[in-house]
Amino acid sequence: MNDAFELYAALPELLLAGGAMAMLMLGAYKGDRATAPVVSYAMVLLVLAGIVIAAMPGERMVAFGGSLVVDGFGKFLKILVLIGSAGTLLMSGDFLEGPDRHKFEYPVLILLSTAGMLMLISAADLIALYLGLELMSLALYVVAAFDRDNVRSTEAGLKYFVLGALSSGMLLYGASLIYGFTGTVKFAGIAMEAANGGIGLTIGLVLLFAGLCFKVSAVPFHMWTPDVYEGAPTPITAFFASAPKVAAIAVFMRVSLGAFAAITTQWQQIIVFVAIASMALGSFAAIGQRNIKRLMAYSSIGHMGFALIGLAAGTAEGIQGVLVYMAIYVAMTLGTFACIIAMRRSHKAFEEITDLSGLARTNPVQAFFLAMLLFSLAGVPPMAGFFAKFYVFLAAIKAGMFTLAVLGVLASVVGCYYYLLIVKVMYFDDPAPAFDPMGHALRTMLAVTGLFVILFFIYPGPLVEAAGIAAKSLF
Amino acid sequence: MASWPILSVTTFLPLLGALFIMAMRGEDASIAGNARWVALWTTLITLAISLILVWRFDAGSPEFQFVERKPWLAGTISYHMGVDGISLPFVILTTALMPLCIIASWRPIQMRVKEYMIAFLVLETLMVGTFTALDLTLFYLFFEGGLIPMFLIIGVWGGPRRVYASFKFFLYTFLGSVLMLLAIMALYWDAGTTDIPTLMHHAFPRSLQSWAWFAFFASFAVKLPMWPVHTWLPDAHVEAPTAGSVILAAILLKMGGYGFLRFSLPMFPFASQEFAPLIFTLSVVAIIYTALVALVQEDMKKLIAYSSVAHMGFVTMGIFAGTIQGVGGGIFQMVSHGIVSAALFLCVGVVYDRMHSREIADYGGLVDRMPLYAAVFMVFTLANIGLPGTSGFIGEFLTLIGTFRVNIPVATFATIGVILSAAYALWLYRRVIFGRLEKPSLAGILDLEAREIVVFVPLVAFTILFGVYPKTVLDLSQASVAALVENYHQALGAAKTAALAE
Repeated sequence: MNDAFELYAALPELLLAGGAMAMLMLGAYKGDRATAPVVSYAMVLLVLAGIVIAAMPGERMVAFGGSLVVDGFGKFLKILVLIGSAGTLLMSGDFLEGPDRHKFEYPVLILLSTAGMLMLISAADLIALYLGLELMSLALYVVAAFDRDNVRSTEAGLKYFVLGALSSGMLLYGASLIYGFTGTVKFAGIAMEAANGGIGLTIGLVLLFAGLCFKVSAVPFHMWTPDVYEGAPTPITAFFASAPKVAAIAVFMRVSLGAFAAITTQWQQIIVFVAIASMALGSFAAIGQRNIKRLMAYSSIGHMGFALIGLAAGTAEGIQGVLVYMAIYVAMTLGTFACIIAMRRSHKAFEEITDLSGLARTNPVQAFFLAMLLFSLAGVPPMAGFFAKFYVFLAAIKAGMFTLAVLGVLASVVGCYYYLLIVKVMYFDDPAPAFDPMGHALRTMLAVTGLFVILFFIYPGPLVEAAGIAAKSLF
Repeated sequence: MASWPILSVTTFLPLLGALFIMAMRGEDASIAGNARWVALWTTLITLAISLILVWRFDAGSPEFQFVERKPWLAGTISYHMGVDGISLPFVILTTALMPLCIIASWRPIQMRVKEYMIAFLVLETLMVGTFTALDLTLFYLFFEGGLIPMFLIIGVWGGPRRVYASFKFFLYTFLGSVLMLLAIMALYWDAGTTDIPTLMHHAFPRSLQSWAWFAFFASFAVKLPMWPVHTWLPDAHVEAPTAGSVILAAILLKMGGYGFLRFSLPMFPFASQEFAPLIFTLSVVAIIYTALVALVQEDMKKLIAYSSVAHMGFVTMGIFAGTIQGVGGGIFQMVSHGIVSAALFLCVGVVYDRMHSREIADYGGLVDRMPLYAAVFMVFTLANIGLPGTSGFIGEFLTLIGTFRVNIPVATFATIGVILSAAYALWLYRRVIFGRLEKPSLAGILDLEAREIVVFVPLVAFTILFGVYPKTVLDLSQASVAALVENYHQALGAAKTAALAE
């Protein structure tokens, strides 16, 4: 009975991992003819995993000797990850239709990566954390280089792999130091020993955070982001920007508050610095970008900075803020990338911001939704993005971090500038040739996310309350 | 009191019209025509509903009326609407000017008419919402949301330097407002709510008052605008299409003044008193300096824009004098300026539509060809100067009296500004309207057409009506202003007694 219960706690992960294996077999026998069905099966699996997670009981479940934990916090973020992954698969249709890209491995890799993310979110000890992280990352390295005849894509994959390996090394080194100074890998155990861990533990903490910062692409470990975002196939970029970010932020929160709550003042200064640096760099560096995918890379660096403000506050309100932020961020990112993927003329992808010129006249609906998504990314009310920022800043103010909050809002004003530039290109400039008509999947994605960010203000209660309940389960 | 949510209807009806226009399909020409009519009818019905507000409004009570309250954000932040004597005049000003703006844009706007009308209707919702919101978070939502349609209006339908102007407008105001947002959050944690009536009676600690006052000041001073953060205004005014300038001058600027009245004075009385000298100084500088700057302008719209800054100086001066005359005069001055500056921009729009130039030097002797236009322009020029018998006089006079009781030098300097305003306004009038009609391009210029007369008639009527019978506006705001001033002095007095007792 007890064993079955433990398996139940890990059921979503098992479902995805097992499903991925099965599809791999299917693909091995049927070859690339299996791609289309495998994509649909993968979608079904993701939805199933989501249903399983939603149906899990509200109380905390611990499995595998305390290595995995399922709580409200994890459930909230897992559903977000699944939305991100499913959204990516939904938007990959056009990309996979290319002659050399019709590969069944693509959905399998996405599933495996998602399984890793779910495990990462559940991780309650350092070993589970590392396993989840690597499962997620290895699959990501491969999909980054998925367009293998394209130099930029292979470069992106290689760059991501080398730097990712470096960060994994740092993370492992940090984890071993933490183990050495506390004598345990369990977060709960570390939490008890943390107060008298001394300088060795602090160094371990710094190294561990460095590895995690790499995964959320926070400054100063952000260097890979623009290159990988630009080089990877666009649906994959959308994937990088959404699901893995959620998982990495989740583990960031769980480690900080689950294992190191006793030395909050120690890690708080790191997070404050990282948040400020990310917001500043994300805002200023994006201004000069001409490639919209690079711009989105800097934008996501900035957004991670804003989300980390909530973590820096270190309170239940702060975590609630981060959860709301991530939920809205995923929606905004998927919607924006749906537009970027749709930037195609006679089946050729365009990526320059100037290619959007005059979109308001060639495709007013797409331009309208993209403009609203951009205003939302900028945090202008009444769009959803405003509420995302509202809750993290609210927590920061309560925690008395005024400097952080003031720098944060100033960065958001600077950031506003480059989002406005895109709106300007779409609305004020003369039209460029029209893009190919958007596919159904992209259109649906854009409409759903666009309406979500526009109408969020009417009924924000449910998401905010769900995030509040999820945040409480961490304390 | 009201069985139906009349304020919400007033606020969101234009949005409904915008959705309706958005859903239109068909040929461009027919869409453009229909969009104009739908926009006009929407704004007219909104005006009619807002007049029901006036009719049912109990002017004797300082309380918020037509209150609506629904749970909204989790916790204590609710959807709370209501008007009192301070906000009601601005609601009416907004709803009354919108139909005029639509009519004024009837012919000049021929490009992307559908989007233009949508932008204006959305803007109307956000503006009315700003004045009717009784929750700070909700207020902020409306207040900031207005930036998006205005940004597009300036950027899409504006003049040659529209991109620069729209960015400057957006980023300037956004920068000021985000600081206010942080202050709103600080207030939330101190009082546990962002409900405006509750916050008004919450005694905030002194240090928080100072910081929050400055944060709100950053936002409203930019919006109003006060010297030295006014520089976005001339650019935005010059580049915006005529109706955009009208809305900017008549309503968006008033949000700053309204903010001072609604938040700064009642919520942070100590800080308001402490920083009143700062406000006085900036106001006097604005009144005199921008009047001098207006004198040397060569662009008509820019001249009027600078004169707006000067007139807003009277408003801030009156509000922070903290007397009944000062505050009441500030409100009246804002309403009056809303009518007069709107009319002046429309006057510029009339000749701009004909000649496509706003340079003063391109005109002269228009009275020969356009006698009716000259007469209308005359009325508003005089009102802009503040000639007795026009609404401009009452506002300036009341704010000056109100300030005189508190600070005589400030009032004296401000009076000099009145003289300067006569100088630039009359000189503008002389250069454009009088003199000999020498320029060949002007030889065929036509006088006001029926559509333009329709726009100007109500404006002229109200300028003169409010000039000779200002009671209509003053009575409306009287009770609320009295309560505001009394609470302000009570808060200060209580502190003074406490200080003496120690």
